Amino acid sequence: MSALVVAQHDHARLDPATLATVTAARALAEEVDLLVAGHEVRPVAEEAVGIAGVRRVLLAEAEHLAQPVAEDLCELVLAVAGDYEALLAPATTFGKNLMPRVAARLDVAQISDIVAVLAPDTFQRYIYAGNVLTTVHTRDARRVLTVRATAFEKAQAQGGAAEIVTVAVPPATGLARFVRREVHASERPELTSARIVVSGGRGVGSKENFQLIERLADVLGAAIGASRAAVDAGFAPNDWQVGQTGKIVAPELYVAVGISGAIQHLAGMKDSKIIVAINKDPEAPIFEVADYGLVADLFKAVPELIEKIEKVKRERAA
Amino acid sequence: MKILVPVKRVVDPNVKVRIRADGSGVDLTNLKMAMNPFDEIAVEEAIRMKERGLAREVVAVSIGEPRVLETLRTALAMGADRAIAVETEVAVQPLEVAKMLKAIVEREQPDLVIMGKQAVDDDSNQTGQMLAALLGWAQATFASRIEIVDGEAEVAREVDEGIEVIRVKLPAVITTDLRLNEPRYASLPNIMKAKRKPVDRLTPADLGVDPSPRLIYTRFEEPPRREAGIRVESVDELVEKLVEKGVIG
Repeated sequence: MSALVVAQHDHARLDPATLATVTAARALAEEVDLLVAGHEVRPVAEEAVGIAGVRRVLLAEAEHLAQPVAEDLCELVLAVAGDYEALLAPATTFGKNLMPRVAARLDVAQISDIVAVLAPDTFQRYIYAGNVLTTVHTRDARRVLTVRATAFEKAQAQGGAAEIVTVAVPPATGLARFVRREVHASERPELTSARIVVSGGRGVGSKENFQLIERLADVLGAAIGASRAAVDAGFAPNDWQVGQTGKIVAPELYVAVGISGAIQHLAGMKDSKIIVAINKDPEAPIFEVADYGLVADLFKAVPELIEKIEKVKRERAA
Repeated sequence: MKILVPVKRVVDPNVKVRIRADGSGVDLTNLKMAMNPFDEIAVEEAIRMKERGLAREVVAVSIGEPRVLETLRTALAMGADRAIAVETEVAVQPLEVAKMLKAIVEREQPDLVIMGKQAVDDDSNQTGQMLAALLGWAQATFASRIEIVDGEAEVAREVDEGIEVIRVKLPAVITTDLRLNEPRYASLPNIMKAKRKPVDRLTPADLGVDPSPRLIYTRFEEPPRREAGIRVESVDELVEKLVEKGVIG
Protein backbone atom coordinates (compact mmCIF):
# COMPACT_ATOMS: atom_id res chain seq x y z
CA MET A 1 0.00 0.00 0.00
CA SER A 2 1.13 3.58 -0.58
CA ALA A 3 0.22 6.62 1.47
CA LEU A 4 0.45 10.37 1.11
CA VAL A 5 0.88 12.55 4.18
CA VAL A 6 -0.08 16.21 3.87
CA ALA A 7 2.64 18.08 5.74
CA GLN A 8 1.78 20.86 8.16
CA HIS A 9 4.32 23.66 8.31
CA ASP A 10 4.59 27.41 8.80
CA HIS A 11 6.67 27.97 5.65
CA ALA A 12 9.84 27.83 7.76
CA ARG A 13 9.66 24.52 9.67
CA LEU A 14 7.67 21.32 9.58
CA ASP A 15 5.19 21.02 12.41
CA PRO A 16 6.21 18.09 14.67
CA ALA A 17 2.68 16.65 14.26
CA THR A 18 3.72 15.83 10.69
CA LEU A 19 6.38 13.43 12.01
CA ALA A 20 3.83 11.54 14.10
CA THR A 21 1.53 11.37 11.09
CA VAL A 22 4.35 9.80 9.05
CA THR A 23 4.66 7.10 11.74
CA ALA A 24 0.92 6.37 11.47
CA ALA A 25 1.24 6.22 7.67
CA ARG A 26 4.18 3.79 7.97
CA ALA A 27 2.00 1.52 10.10
CA LEU A 28 -0.34 0.91 7.18
CA ALA A 29 1.70 1.54 4.03
CA GLU A 30 5.11 0.43 2.77
CA GLU A 31 5.54 3.54 0.65
CA VAL A 32 4.98 6.91 2.25
CA ASP A 33 5.24 10.21 0.39
CA LEU A 34 4.90 13.68 1.86
CA LEU A 35 3.21 16.68 0.25
CA VAL A 36 4.74 20.06 1.08
CA ALA A 37 2.55 22.84 -0.29
CA GLY A 38 3.09 26.57 -0.05
CA HIS A 39 4.82 29.55 -1.59
CA GLU A 40 8.61 29.37 -1.64
CA VAL A 41 8.69 26.35 0.65
CA ARG A 42 11.69 24.47 -0.74
CA PRO A 43 13.51 24.81 2.63
CA VAL A 44 10.66 22.89 4.27
CA ALA A 45 10.84 20.21 1.55
CA GLU A 46 14.59 19.99 2.10
CA GLU A 47 14.00 19.49 5.81
CA ALA A 48 11.42 16.80 4.98
CA VAL A 49 13.74 14.67 2.82
CA GLY A 50 15.51 13.71 6.02
CA ILE A 51 12.45 12.09 7.64
CA ALA A 52 13.10 8.38 8.07
CA GLY A 53 10.71 6.24 6.02
CA VAL A 54 9.63 8.90 3.53
CA ARG A 55 10.12 7.88 -0.11
CA ARG A 56 9.35 11.10 -1.96
CA VAL A 57 8.62 14.68 -1.02
CA LEU A 58 6.13 16.27 -3.39
CA LEU A 59 6.88 19.97 -3.56
CA ALA A 60 3.94 22.14 -4.64
CA GLU A 61 4.68 25.83 -4.87
CA ALA A 62 2.35 28.63 -5.95
CA GLU A 63 1.77 32.18 -4.86
CA HIS A 64 -1.83 31.49 -3.87
CA LEU A 65 -0.60 28.84 -1.41
CA ALA A 66 1.31 31.42 0.66
CA GLN A 67 -1.60 31.49 3.14
CA PRO A 68 -3.56 28.56 1.78
CA VAL A 69 -7.30 28.05 2.19
CA ALA A 70 -8.84 24.56 2.35
CA GLU A 71 -10.54 24.98 -1.03
CA ASP A 72 -7.21 25.43 -2.84
CA LEU A 73 -5.31 22.81 -0.84
CA CYS A 74 -8.11 20.33 -1.55
CA GLU A 75 -7.75 20.81 -5.32
CA LEU A 76 -4.01 20.23 -4.98
CA VAL A 77 -4.39 17.07 -2.90
CA LEU A 78 -6.92 15.70 -5.40
CA ALA A 79 -4.54 16.50 -8.27
CA VAL A 80 -1.72 14.47 -6.68
CA ALA A 81 -3.90 11.81 -4.99
CA GLY A 82 -3.34 9.42 -7.93
CA ASP A 83 -3.09 5.86 -6.74
CA TYR A 84 -2.36 6.49 -3.07
CA GLU A 85 -4.56 4.16 -1.05
CA ALA A 86 -4.27 6.29 2.07
CA LEU A 87 -4.26 10.05 2.55
CA LEU A 88 -3.33 11.35 5.98
CA ALA A 89 -2.90 14.64 7.83
CA PRO A 90 -2.45 15.52 11.49
CA ALA A 91 -5.71 16.01 13.43
CA THR A 92 -4.87 19.67 14.03
CA THR A 93 -7.17 22.50 12.95
CA PHE A 94 -5.18 22.37 9.66
CA GLY A 95 -5.95 18.70 8.99
CA LYS A 96 -9.47 18.83 10.41
CA ASN A 97 -10.32 21.66 8.05
CA LEU A 98 -8.81 20.09 4.94
CA MET A 99 -9.25 16.32 4.98
CA PRO A 100 -13.07 15.94 5.11
CA ARG A 101 -13.21 18.13 2.01
CA VAL A 102 -10.79 15.75 0.28
CA ALA A 103 -12.64 12.67 1.54
CA ALA A 104 -16.03 13.86 0.28
CA ARG A 105 -14.63 14.59 -3.17
CA LEU A 106 -13.13 11.08 -3.29
CA ASP A 107 -16.38 9.59 -1.91
CA VAL A 108 -14.48 8.11 1.03
CA ALA A 109 -15.80 7.91 4.59
CA GLN A 110 -13.06 9.64 6.60
CA ILE A 111 -11.85 8.28 9.93
CA SER A 112 -10.99 11.21 12.20
CA ASP A 113 -8.39 11.55 14.91
CA ILE A 114 -7.07 7.98 14.94
CA VAL A 115 -5.00 6.90 17.96
CA ALA A 116 -3.91 3.46 16.69
CA VAL A 117 -3.57 1.50 13.46
CA LEU A 118 -4.64 -2.09 14.19
CA ALA A 119 -4.59 -3.21 10.55
CA PRO A 120 -4.44 -1.35 7.24
CA ASP A 121 -8.25 -1.11 7.31
CA THR A 122 -8.85 -1.03 11.08
CA PHE A 123 -8.19 1.84 13.45
CA GLN A 124 -8.92 3.04 16.96
CA ARG A 125 -10.41 6.40 17.84
CA TYR A 126 -12.23 8.03 20.74
CA ILE A 127 -15.86 9.13 20.76
CA TYR A 128 -18.01 10.88 23.40
CA ALA A 129 -15.28 13.35 24.40
CA GLY A 130 -12.77 10.61 25.15
CA ASN A 131 -15.18 8.50 27.23
CA VAL A 132 -15.32 5.59 24.78
CA LEU A 133 -12.52 4.00 22.77
CA THR A 134 -13.78 2.44 19.54
CA THR A 135 -12.38 0.13 16.90
CA VAL A 136 -13.50 1.11 13.43
CA HIS A 137 -13.19 -0.81 10.23
CA THR A 138 -13.48 0.67 6.75
CA ARG A 139 -14.69 -1.11 3.64
CA ASP A 140 -13.68 1.74 1.33
CA ALA A 141 -10.87 1.00 -1.14
CA ARG A 142 -9.08 4.15 0.03
CA ARG A 143 -8.66 5.67 3.45
CA VAL A 144 -8.68 9.31 4.42
CA LEU A 145 -7.42 9.71 7.98
CA THR A 146 -6.56 12.40 10.46
CA VAL A 147 -4.05 11.40 13.11
CA ARG A 148 -3.82 12.34 16.79
CA ALA A 149 -0.15 13.27 16.96
CA THR A 150 0.31 12.51 20.67
CA ALA A 151 -0.70 8.87 20.07
CA PHE A 152 2.19 8.09 17.71
CA GLU A 153 5.95 8.35 18.12
CA LYS A 154 7.52 11.02 15.95
CA ALA A 155 9.38 9.64 12.93
CA GLN A 156 13.13 10.33 12.96
CA ALA A 157 13.59 13.78 11.44
CA GLN A 158 17.03 12.93 10.10
CA GLY A 159 18.69 10.06 8.33
CA GLY A 160 16.18 9.53 5.53
CA ALA A 161 16.98 10.09 1.90
CA ALA A 162 13.78 11.00 0.11
CA GLU A 163 13.84 12.66 -3.29
CA ILE A 164 12.08 15.94 -3.98
CA VAL A 165 9.61 15.84 -6.87
CA THR A 166 8.06 19.09 -8.02
CA VAL A 167 4.34 18.85 -8.75
CA ALA A 168 2.03 21.18 -10.65
CA VAL A 169 -0.48 23.23 -8.64
CA PRO A 170 -4.05 23.70 -9.90
CA PRO A 171 -5.21 27.32 -10.21
CA ALA A 172 -6.80 29.07 -7.22
CA THR A 173 -10.51 28.35 -6.81
CA GLY A 174 -11.24 31.94 -5.82
CA LEU A 175 -13.83 30.68 -3.31
CA ALA A 176 -12.04 31.88 -0.20
CA ARG A 177 -9.10 34.03 0.75
CA PHE A 178 -6.92 34.63 3.75
CA VAL A 179 -7.30 38.06 5.36
CA ARG A 180 -5.13 38.04 8.49
CA ARG A 181 -3.97 36.02 11.42
CA GLU A 182 -4.16 37.15 15.02
CA VAL A 183 -1.39 35.24 16.71
CA HIS A 184 -0.49 35.69 20.35
CA ALA A 185 3.23 36.25 20.04
CA SER A 186 5.04 34.27 22.70
CA GLU A 187 8.54 33.28 23.57
CA ARG A 188 7.21 30.22 25.34
CA PRO A 189 7.33 26.71 23.86
CA GLU A 190 4.49 25.63 21.58
CA LEU A 191 1.70 23.99 23.56
CA THR A 192 1.38 20.70 21.67
CA SER A 193 5.10 19.96 21.58
CA ALA A 194 6.24 21.40 24.93
CA ARG A 195 8.04 19.19 27.48
CA ILE A 196 6.13 20.86 30.32
CA VAL A 197 2.66 22.41 30.26
CA VAL A 198 1.10 24.51 33.02
CA SER A 199 -2.66 24.97 32.65
CA GLY A 200 -5.11 27.15 34.50
CA GLY A 201 -8.82 26.65 34.98
CA ARG A 202 -11.86 28.47 36.20
CA GLY A 203 -10.39 28.48 39.71
CA VAL A 204 -7.78 30.99 38.58
CA GLY A 205 -10.62 33.49 38.65
CA SER A 206 -9.63 36.22 36.20
CA LYS A 207 -7.46 37.20 33.27
CA GLU A 208 -5.21 39.18 35.62
CA ASN A 209 -4.76 36.18 37.90
CA PHE A 210 -3.60 34.15 34.91
CA GLN A 211 -0.29 36.02 35.27
CA LEU A 212 0.35 33.68 38.18
CA ILE A 213 0.03 30.72 35.79
CA GLU A 214 2.34 32.50 33.38
CA ARG A 215 4.96 33.03 36.08
CA LEU A 216 4.85 29.35 37.02
CA ALA A 217 5.13 28.41 33.35
CA ASP A 218 8.14 30.66 32.89
CA VAL A 219 10.02 29.33 35.87
CA LEU A 220 9.46 25.81 34.52
CA GLY A 221 10.18 26.72 30.89
CA ALA A 222 6.67 25.49 30.13
CA ALA A 223 3.93 26.20 27.63
CA ILE A 224 0.64 27.55 28.95
CA GLY A 225 -2.70 25.83 28.62
CA ALA A 226 -6.19 26.50 29.87
CA SER A 227 -9.41 24.63 30.46
CA ARG A 228 -12.43 25.34 28.32
CA ALA A 229 -14.09 27.02 31.30
CA ALA A 230 -11.17 29.44 31.61
CA VAL A 231 -11.23 30.24 27.89
CA ASP A 232 -15.02 30.63 27.83
CA ALA A 233 -14.75 33.02 30.79
CA GLY A 234 -12.25 35.13 28.84
CA PHE A 235 -9.32 34.42 31.21
CA ALA A 236 -7.20 32.95 28.40
CA PRO A 237 -7.13 32.99 24.56
CA ASN A 238 -8.70 30.16 22.57
CA ASP A 239 -5.40 28.75 21.33
CA TRP A 240 -4.49 27.83 24.91
CA GLN A 241 -7.45 25.48 25.28
CA VAL A 242 -6.56 21.90 26.14
CA GLY A 243 -9.27 19.28 25.70
CA GLN A 244 -11.37 17.30 23.30
CA THR A 245 -12.43 20.43 21.41
CA GLY A 246 -9.11 22.20 21.90
CA LYS A 247 -5.58 20.83 21.74
CA ILE A 248 -4.47 17.35 22.72
CA VAL A 249 -1.20 17.43 24.67
CA ALA A 250 1.01 14.73 26.17
CA PRO A 251 4.01 16.46 27.80
CA GLU A 252 6.42 14.94 30.33
CA LEU A 253 4.88 17.12 33.03
CA TYR A 254 1.38 18.59 33.09
CA VAL A 255 0.51 20.94 35.95
CA ALA A 256 -3.23 21.59 36.30
CA VAL A 257 -4.00 24.60 38.48
CA GLY A 258 -7.56 25.38 39.51
CA ILE A 259 -8.90 22.88 37.00
CA SER A 260 -11.70 20.61 38.20
CA GLY A 261 -11.07 18.00 35.51
CA ALA A 262 -14.16 17.82 33.29
CA ILE A 263 -13.97 14.74 31.07
CA GLN A 264 -13.55 16.92 28.01
CA HIS A 265 -10.41 18.45 29.56
CA LEU A 266 -9.05 15.07 30.70
CA ALA A 267 -9.41 13.82 27.10
CA GLY A 268 -6.86 16.44 26.09
CA MET A 269 -4.14 15.75 28.67
CA LYS A 270 -4.51 12.32 30.28
CA ASP A 271 -1.66 10.84 28.24
CA SER A 272 0.81 13.22 29.89
CA LYS A 273 3.63 11.34 31.60
CA ILE A 274 3.33 13.03 35.01
CA ILE A 275 0.23 14.96 36.04
CA VAL A 276 0.22 17.40 38.97
CA ALA A 277 -3.05 18.88 40.19
CA ILE A 278 -3.46 21.82 42.53
CA ASN A 279 -7.05 22.43 43.55
CA LYS A 280 -8.79 23.47 46.75
CA ASP A 281 -11.64 20.99 46.19
CA PRO A 282 -10.48 17.54 47.40
CA GLU A 283 -13.33 15.94 45.42
CA ALA A 284 -12.26 17.45 42.06
CA PRO A 285 -12.11 14.72 39.37
CA ILE A 286 -8.66 15.98 38.30
CA PHE A 287 -7.24 14.18 41.36
CA GLU A 288 -8.36 10.84 39.90
CA VAL A 289 -5.82 11.18 37.09
CA ALA A 290 -3.12 13.14 38.94
CA ASP A 291 0.13 11.45 39.94
CA TYR A 292 0.63 14.15 42.56
CA GLY A 293 -2.37 15.96 43.96
CA LEU A 294 -2.12 18.93 46.26
CA VAL A 295 -5.30 20.11 47.95
CA ALA A 296 -4.57 23.78 48.50
CA ASP A 297 -5.57 27.33 47.71
CA LEU A 298 -3.76 27.99 44.43
CA PHE A 299 -3.12 31.63 45.37
CA LYS A 300 -1.00 30.42 48.28
CA ALA A 301 0.43 27.25 46.76
CA VAL A 302 1.50 28.58 43.35
CA PRO A 303 3.63 31.51 44.62
CA GLU A 304 5.25 29.10 47.08
CA LEU A 305 5.83 26.59 44.28
CA ILE A 306 7.43 29.26 42.09
CA GLU A 307 9.70 30.32 44.94
CA LYS A 308 10.79 26.75 45.73
CA ILE A 309 11.42 25.79 42.12
CA GLU A 310 13.59 28.89 41.77
CA LYS A 311 15.45 27.82 44.89
CA VAL A 312 16.07 24.32 43.46
CA LYS A 313 17.31 25.89 40.22
CA ARG A 314 19.65 28.24 42.11
CA GLU A 315 21.06 25.36 44.12
CA ARG A 316 21.59 23.32 40.98
CA ALA A 317 23.32 26.20 39.27
CA ALA A 318 25.64 26.81 42.24
CA MET B 1 -30.71 35.80 2.73
CA LYS B 2 -31.93 32.33 3.57
CA ILE B 3 -30.02 30.25 6.11
CA LEU B 4 -30.14 26.48 6.52
CA VAL B 5 -29.14 25.13 9.93
CA PRO B 6 -28.59 21.38 10.28
CA VAL B 7 -28.95 20.16 13.88
CA LYS B 8 -28.15 16.77 15.39
CA ARG B 9 -29.87 15.04 18.27
CA VAL B 10 -27.24 13.66 20.64
CA VAL B 11 -26.92 12.39 24.20
CA ASP B 12 -26.98 15.36 26.55
CA PRO B 13 -23.29 16.30 26.94
CA ASN B 14 -23.65 16.35 30.74
CA VAL B 15 -24.64 12.68 30.81
CA LYS B 16 -21.94 10.04 31.06
CA VAL B 17 -22.60 7.27 28.55
CA ARG B 18 -22.35 3.58 29.40
CA ILE B 19 -20.79 0.95 27.20
CA ARG B 20 -22.81 -2.23 26.75
CA ALA B 21 -21.30 -5.16 28.66
CA ASP B 22 -20.53 -7.05 25.44
CA GLY B 23 -18.66 -4.08 23.94
CA SER B 24 -21.10 -3.91 21.02
CA GLY B 25 -22.00 -0.27 21.45
CA VAL B 26 -23.02 2.55 23.71
CA ASP B 27 -26.22 2.03 25.71
CA LEU B 28 -28.48 4.97 24.94
CA THR B 29 -31.59 3.54 26.64
CA ASN B 30 -33.41 6.19 28.68
CA LEU B 31 -30.57 8.70 28.38
CA LYS B 32 -31.43 12.37 28.27
CA MET B 33 -31.03 13.69 24.74
CA ALA B 34 -30.34 17.24 23.59
CA MET B 35 -29.41 19.30 20.59
CA ASN B 36 -25.69 19.05 19.83
CA PRO B 37 -24.24 22.13 21.64
CA PHE B 38 -22.30 23.33 18.60
CA ASP B 39 -25.53 23.18 16.57
CA GLU B 40 -27.34 25.25 19.20
CA ILE B 41 -24.69 27.91 18.63
CA ALA B 42 -25.40 27.64 14.88
CA VAL B 43 -29.16 28.10 15.41
CA GLU B 44 -28.50 31.11 17.66
CA GLU B 45 -26.20 32.72 15.09
CA ALA B 46 -28.74 32.26 12.28
CA ILE B 47 -31.51 33.75 14.40
CA ARG B 48 -29.33 36.73 15.32
CA MET B 49 -28.66 37.30 11.61
CA LYS B 50 -32.40 37.32 11.06
CA GLU B 51 -32.91 39.73 13.94
CA ARG B 52 -30.26 42.02 12.45
CA GLY B 53 -32.16 42.00 9.16
CA LEU B 54 -29.45 40.04 7.35
CA ALA B 55 -31.56 36.92 6.89
CA ARG B 56 -35.17 36.59 5.90
CA GLU B 57 -35.70 32.92 6.71
CA VAL B 58 -34.04 30.32 8.93
CA VAL B 59 -34.73 26.67 8.13
CA ALA B 60 -33.62 23.94 10.57
CA VAL B 61 -33.02 20.39 9.37
CA SER B 62 -32.31 17.22 11.29
CA ILE B 63 -31.60 13.67 10.19
CA GLY B 64 -32.21 10.59 12.31
CA GLU B 65 -34.85 8.64 14.17
CA PRO B 66 -38.34 10.18 14.25
CA ARG B 67 -37.60 11.74 17.64
CA VAL B 68 -35.39 14.32 15.89
CA LEU B 69 -38.71 16.18 15.70
CA GLU B 70 -38.16 17.12 19.37
CA THR B 71 -34.78 18.61 18.50
CA LEU B 72 -36.32 20.52 15.62
CA ARG B 73 -39.01 21.88 17.96
CA THR B 74 -36.18 23.29 20.10
CA ALA B 75 -34.73 25.03 17.05
CA LEU B 76 -38.17 26.39 16.16
CA ALA B 77 -38.73 27.57 19.73
CA MET B 78 -35.40 29.39 19.61
CA GLY B 79 -36.64 31.20 16.50
CA ALA B 80 -36.18 29.14 13.33
CA ASP B 81 -39.06 29.66 10.90
CA ARG B 82 -39.64 26.11 9.73
CA ALA B 83 -38.03 22.72 9.83
CA ILE B 84 -37.27 19.63 7.78
CA ALA B 85 -36.96 16.18 9.35
CA VAL B 86 -35.28 13.38 7.42
CA GLU B 87 -36.39 10.27 9.23
CA THR B 88 -34.34 7.08 9.31
CA GLU B 89 -33.57 4.41 11.89
CA VAL B 90 -30.04 4.08 10.49
CA ALA B 91 -27.22 5.66 12.54
CA VAL B 92 -26.17 7.87 9.66
CA GLN B 93 -22.47 8.79 9.28
CA PRO B 94 -21.00 12.14 8.17
CA LEU B 95 -20.55 11.44 4.45
CA GLU B 96 -24.14 10.24 4.05
CA VAL B 97 -25.41 13.15 6.15
CA ALA B 98 -23.50 15.52 3.86
CA LYS B 99 -25.08 13.89 0.80
CA MET B 100 -28.58 14.30 2.23
CA LEU B 101 -27.89 17.90 3.20
CA LYS B 102 -26.64 18.55 -0.33
CA ALA B 103 -29.98 17.30 -1.70
CA ILE B 104 -31.81 19.59 0.74
CA VAL B 105 -29.63 22.55 -0.23
CA GLU B 106 -30.52 21.91 -3.87
CA ARG B 107 -34.24 22.02 -2.98
CA GLU B 108 -34.06 24.96 -0.60
CA GLN B 109 -31.36 27.09 -2.28
CA PRO B 110 -30.07 28.77 0.90
CA ASP B 111 -27.34 31.43 0.73
CA LEU B 112 -25.65 30.13 3.83
CA VAL B 113 -25.47 26.89 5.80
CA ILE B 114 -24.43 27.29 9.45
CA MET B 115 -23.81 24.15 11.50
CA GLY B 116 -21.80 22.87 14.44
CA LYS B 117 -18.13 22.05 13.85
CA GLN B 118 -18.60 18.60 15.35
CA ALA B 119 -21.19 16.48 17.08
CA VAL B 120 -20.34 15.61 20.67
CA ASP B 121 -21.27 11.95 20.20
CA ASP B 122 -19.03 10.73 17.36
CA ASP B 123 -16.63 13.73 17.47
CA SER B 124 -15.92 13.39 13.73
CA ASN B 125 -15.71 17.07 12.75
CA GLN B 126 -16.42 16.29 9.08
CA THR B 127 -19.95 17.04 7.90
CA GLY B 128 -19.68 20.78 7.21
CA GLN B 129 -16.47 20.43 5.23
CA MET B 130 -17.94 17.48 3.30
CA LEU B 131 -21.12 19.39 2.48
CA ALA B 132 -19.09 22.36 1.18
CA ALA B 133 -16.99 19.98 -0.93
CA LEU B 134 -20.00 18.22 -2.45
CA LEU B 135 -21.63 21.57 -3.28
CA GLY B 136 -18.41 23.12 -4.60
CA TRP B 137 -18.89 25.91 -2.05
CA ALA B 138 -16.46 27.73 0.17
CA GLN B 139 -16.14 26.66 3.81
CA ALA B 140 -15.31 28.59 6.95
CA THR B 141 -14.81 26.18 9.82
CA PHE B 142 -14.50 26.75 13.60
CA ALA B 143 -16.04 30.22 13.46
CA SER B 144 -15.83 32.55 16.44
CA ARG B 145 -17.14 35.63 14.58
CA ILE B 146 -19.18 36.01 11.39
CA GLU B 147 -19.83 39.22 9.49
CA ILE B 148 -21.47 39.69 6.13
CA VAL B 149 -19.48 42.25 4.13
CA ASP B 150 -19.96 43.13 0.45
CA GLY B 151 -21.81 39.90 -0.32
CA GLU B 152 -19.10 37.81 1.31
CA ALA B 153 -18.76 36.32 4.77
CA GLU B 154 -15.78 37.42 6.84
CA VAL B 155 -15.16 34.76 9.41
CA ALA B 156 -12.74 34.63 12.33
CA ARG B 157 -11.68 31.02 12.77
CA GLU B 158 -10.34 29.44 15.96
CA VAL B 159 -7.15 27.70 14.78
CA ASP B 160 -4.26 26.15 16.70
CA GLU B 161 -2.11 29.24 16.19
CA GLY B 162 -4.73 31.73 17.38
CA ILE B 163 -7.37 33.37 15.21
CA GLU B 164 -7.39 33.28 11.41
CA VAL B 165 -9.66 35.64 9.53
CA ILE B 166 -10.82 34.60 6.06
CA ARG B 167 -13.31 35.90 3.50
CA VAL B 168 -15.53 33.39 1.72
CA LYS B 169 -17.83 33.87 -1.25
CA LEU B 170 -21.51 33.13 -0.69
CA PRO B 171 -23.12 30.67 -0.77
CA ALA B 172 -20.90 29.00 1.81
CA VAL B 173 -20.88 26.54 4.69
CA ILE B 174 -19.82 27.92 8.09
CA THR B 175 -19.16 25.66 11.08
CA THR B 176 -19.37 27.07 14.58
CA ASP B 177 -16.91 26.95 17.45
CA LEU B 178 -17.72 27.39 21.14
CA ARG B 179 -17.20 31.10 21.48
CA LEU B 180 -19.29 32.36 18.57
CA ASN B 181 -22.21 33.20 20.86
CA GLU B 182 -24.22 32.06 23.88
CA PRO B 183 -27.39 30.35 22.73
CA ARG B 184 -30.64 31.64 24.23
CA TYR B 185 -33.18 29.60 26.12
CA ALA B 186 -36.53 29.35 24.41
CA SER B 187 -39.29 31.22 26.25
CA LEU B 188 -42.54 29.44 27.06
CA PRO B 189 -44.60 31.50 24.57
CA ASN B 190 -42.04 30.69 21.87
CA ILE B 191 -42.16 27.00 22.76
CA MET B 192 -45.97 27.15 22.31
CA LYS B 193 -45.61 29.07 19.07
CA ALA B 194 -43.08 26.54 17.77
CA LYS B 195 -45.74 23.83 17.85
CA ARG B 196 -47.57 25.58 15.03
CA LYS B 197 -44.54 26.13 12.82
CA PRO B 198 -44.38 23.89 9.74
CA VAL B 199 -42.23 20.75 9.69
CA ASP B 200 -41.65 18.79 6.46
CA ARG B 201 -41.01 15.10 6.93
CA LEU B 202 -38.83 13.29 4.40
CA THR B 203 -36.90 10.04 4.12
CA PRO B 204 -33.40 9.41 2.74
CA ALA B 205 -35.07 7.81 -0.30
CA ASP B 206 -36.90 11.10 -1.02
CA LEU B 207 -33.43 12.65 -1.26
CA GLY B 208 -32.00 9.81 -3.35
CA VAL B 209 -29.36 8.89 -0.74
CA ASP B 210 -28.54 5.43 0.63
CA PRO B 211 -28.07 6.08 4.37
CA SER B 212 -26.15 2.84 5.06
CA PRO B 213 -22.96 3.41 7.07
CA ARG B 214 -19.65 2.80 5.34
CA LEU B 215 -17.58 2.56 8.51
CA ILE B 216 -18.18 -0.39 10.79
CA TYR B 217 -17.60 0.23 14.48
CA THR B 218 -16.70 -3.24 15.75
CA ARG B 219 -15.76 -2.62 19.37
CA PHE B 220 -16.50 -0.15 22.14
CA GLU B 221 -14.43 -0.12 25.33
CA GLU B 222 -13.48 1.97 28.32
CA PRO B 223 -10.40 4.10 27.72
CA PRO B 224 -7.26 2.85 29.44
CA ARG B 225 -7.25 4.08 33.04
CA ARG B 226 -4.40 5.94 34.67
CA GLU B 227 -3.10 4.52 37.92
CA ALA B 228 -4.34 6.71 40.75
CA GLY B 229 -1.47 8.75 42.16
CA ILE B 230 -0.82 10.11 45.62
CA ARG B 231 -1.80 13.20 47.58
CA VAL B 232 1.10 15.36 48.64
CA GLU B 233 0.71 17.30 51.87
CA SER B 234 2.72 20.39 51.00
CA VAL B 235 4.43 22.33 48.26
CA ASP B 236 7.76 21.09 49.66
CA GLU B 237 6.73 17.48 49.19
CA LEU B 238 5.52 18.23 45.66
CA VAL B 239 8.82 19.87 44.72
CA GLU B 240 10.71 16.95 46.24
CA LYS B 241 8.73 14.46 44.11
CA LEU B 242 9.26 16.45 40.93
CA VAL B 243 12.99 16.71 41.59
CA GLU B 244 13.08 12.93 42.23
CA LYS B 245 11.39 12.33 38.89
CA GLY B 246 13.92 14.58 37.20
CA VAL B 247 11.33 16.90 35.65
CA ILE B 248 12.50 20.04 37.42
CA GLY B 249 15.87 21.32 38.46
